[in-house]
Amino acid sequence: MNNPSKEKVLARIREALRLRAPSPAQIHGRHANAPVAEYTRDFRDAMPPAGSNDAERRAIFEANLDALKGQFVACKTAADARAKLEALCAERGWAKLATHRAPLCEAVVPAEKSPIITDDGYDKNALAAVDAGITECECLVAQTGSVMFSTRACGGRALSVLPPVHIVLAKRSQLVGDLSDAYALIRAKYGENLPDCLGFITGPSRTGDIERILVLGAHGPKELFVFFIEE
Amino acid sequence: MSSPLTRFKAAVADATSNEARRDFIYKALGGYYVSRDKNKNNFRDWQKARECAAQTKYESLNNLAEELEIFSKKIEGRGGHVFFASTPSEAREYILKVARDNGVKKIIKSKCMTSEEIHLNDALEAAGTEVVESDLGEFIQQLRKEPPFHFVFPCMHVKRDEINTLFQENIHSRDTNNPAELTMIAREYLRQKYIDADMGITGANFIVARDGMISVTENEGNSRLSAAMPKIHLVLVGIEKVVPRLEDLALFLPMLATAGAGQPLTGYNTQYAGPRTAENPDGPEQFHVVLLDNNRTQLLADAEHRDALHCMRCGACLNVCPVFKNIGGLSYGTTYQGPIGSLITPHLRGTKNWQHLSYSSSLCGACTQACPVKIDIHDHLLENRRNAATLAPSILWKMIFFGFNFIFAHPKLYALTFKIAKKINPLTKLAGKVPGTLLYGWTGTRKLPEPPKSSFRERFAEHKKQDLSVR
Ligand code: SF4
Repeated sequence: MNNPSKEKVLARIREALRLRAPSPAQIHGRHANAPVAEYTRDFRDAMPPAGSNDAERRAIFEANLDALKGQFVACKTAADARAKLEALCAERGWAKLATHRAPLCEAVVPAEKSPIITDDGYDKNALAAVDAGITECECLVAQTGSVMFSTRACGGRALSVLPPVHIVLAKRSQLVGDLSDAYALIRAKYGENLPDCLGFITGPSRTGDIERILVLGAHGPKELFVFFIEE
Repeated sequence: MSSPLTRFKAAVADATSNEARRDFIYKALGGYYVSRDKNKNNFRDWQKARECAAQTKYESLNNLAEELEIFSKKIEGRGGHVFFASTPSEAREYILKVARDNGVKKIIKSKCMTSEEIHLNDALEAAGTEVVESDLGEFIQQLRKEPPFHFVFPCMHVKRDEINTLFQENIHSRDTNNPAELTMIAREYLRQKYIDADMGITGANFIVARDGMISVTENEGNSRLSAAMPKIHLVLVGIEKVVPRLEDLALFLPMLATAGAGQPLTGYNTQYAGPRTAENPDGPEQFHVVLLDNNRTQLLADAEHRDALHCMRCGACLNVCPVFKNIGGLSYGTTYQGPIGSLITPHLRGTKNWQHLSYSSSLCGACTQACPVKIDIHDHLLENRRNAATLAPSILWKMIFFGFNFIFAHPKLYALTFKIAKKINPLTKLAGKVPGTLLYGWTGTRKLPEPPKSSFRERFAEHKKQDLSVR
């Protein structure tokens, strides 16, 4: 579709910007007697702590996920993760699962449950009706207790948000420090060819819209499990 | 139709007389202050983070035209569409056309304040499309047929019992006032809507220009579902929301969450780059981004107040504002409430009709202190008043000041006026009790002072006489 206003809006922007605005440092330092130094954009060391080694990062991640009411499940190996998933299915009486084609998923999700594999195409109503969606992830972020997801690493857009429970499978080596690390990882992995959708999942779905009282499971998953595989 | 000022005064009188509701708002915000402070303290240097955020926004705006051009190219390169809308009607027409061309019958919407700005729902419904708001707060407000009370917490003024009644009447739910159960009722009701919708409409918190992405922040997952299930994903966003690269989000996402809702990070922060790619099993076939100007370029041209466009709509300034807490969000009559709304609305919709908002501030500066991107909000409100003072005054205003000037310049007339004023004071008092009169604006909340027994001139004359007699 043609867009007659595009050039008009861009021209207005250029015209508006002919007069330069004072910088934030100049605005906030306007009552100072001495000249002010411009603000930096180098924010990393101002942000919440992210741990400086593996053990610290793991402790921070666990504490953050716990505070978010996510569930951390430590697993020694993929086989251990599989046993723990089977136990969880038995305990909850889960019969229907959904997952995608990826090495960890194949190693952990029991094929007997004949899960929906989103890569093969799926029926939307069937996917909404499963008991849990199981995905890999791009990485885990200690600083915020987040799971970084992308359409490529998580079997598309719906699998990690439509089912009532989301189970993330991650290896210890996938744990990074802060959000900057996470984006650096995406950049290194995909370069210019970024996934069409990516982002951070931080705890289960939540809302405080009714009297600012926290309720989990507003529209997305009511529960979020992170299976942390040590090997 | 009544003027924005008349409506504002009536709404404020109404809101401030409801003490129970005011208490409720104060209480609702109590938990926010605690968790905000906790998360702010978890930053190693919150003040420095604010400086970095302000600087990044400043540099982004300085390159705004170039950034938006790069953004468009990137999105189009991936098969998406970018539409620049100069006015609300251009934006509405484009969205209606996309809906028409694709035979869209049902739309699922997630929170998008920009769409409130252009009254999108009304236009879509008039065209026969079903539009359902999916954010819980927005859903409640849609059922209440009321605009959002707060642009981050849309229904923070509504009590659980009211929601219970609302749901029973509108979606035939069972009787419960338990927030968790009410949330689940809405969840079940909306589930099928995502699956059946032909189009999902979302807003965006950031335009990640050089990576050709938009970023959406939300807690509920409704926005992710709106962008995952329907065959069209349409984003409506203001042109100013630009940051250069994904890496900048590592700064802005935690700041937005902490300042806005007292969270370390909001539940879902998702970046979208276009329609589904071949290797993906799902996602929309079409991706549209509508970039709205609607007088933002006018504010951009005001170098003094340009930093008001740094705003990321976190809502922190509303949460701390003594005026907002007492008059509530609906009184403003604007899309954007609170201090930032009072600051930008005169720029976006005209000083003449909206200048009163610049005066609805105590200038205490709580907003400026709270703002994560360091906008000088309260100073700008003062400058708005200065701008308003340069406007041509009304005839009434001119007459009052002409009369004032004339009387004070003529001593005899002055003396006479005060003699008369004293005589008719009982009448004036009576008139001051009648709501709606010019005088009532002053006397409605103040006592008219009693006139002195004698004026200065009279006493001076009296003293002079006595002095003379003594001598
Ligand atoms: S002006 Fe600042 S505090 Fe207010 S909503 Fe915008 S970013 Fe937040």
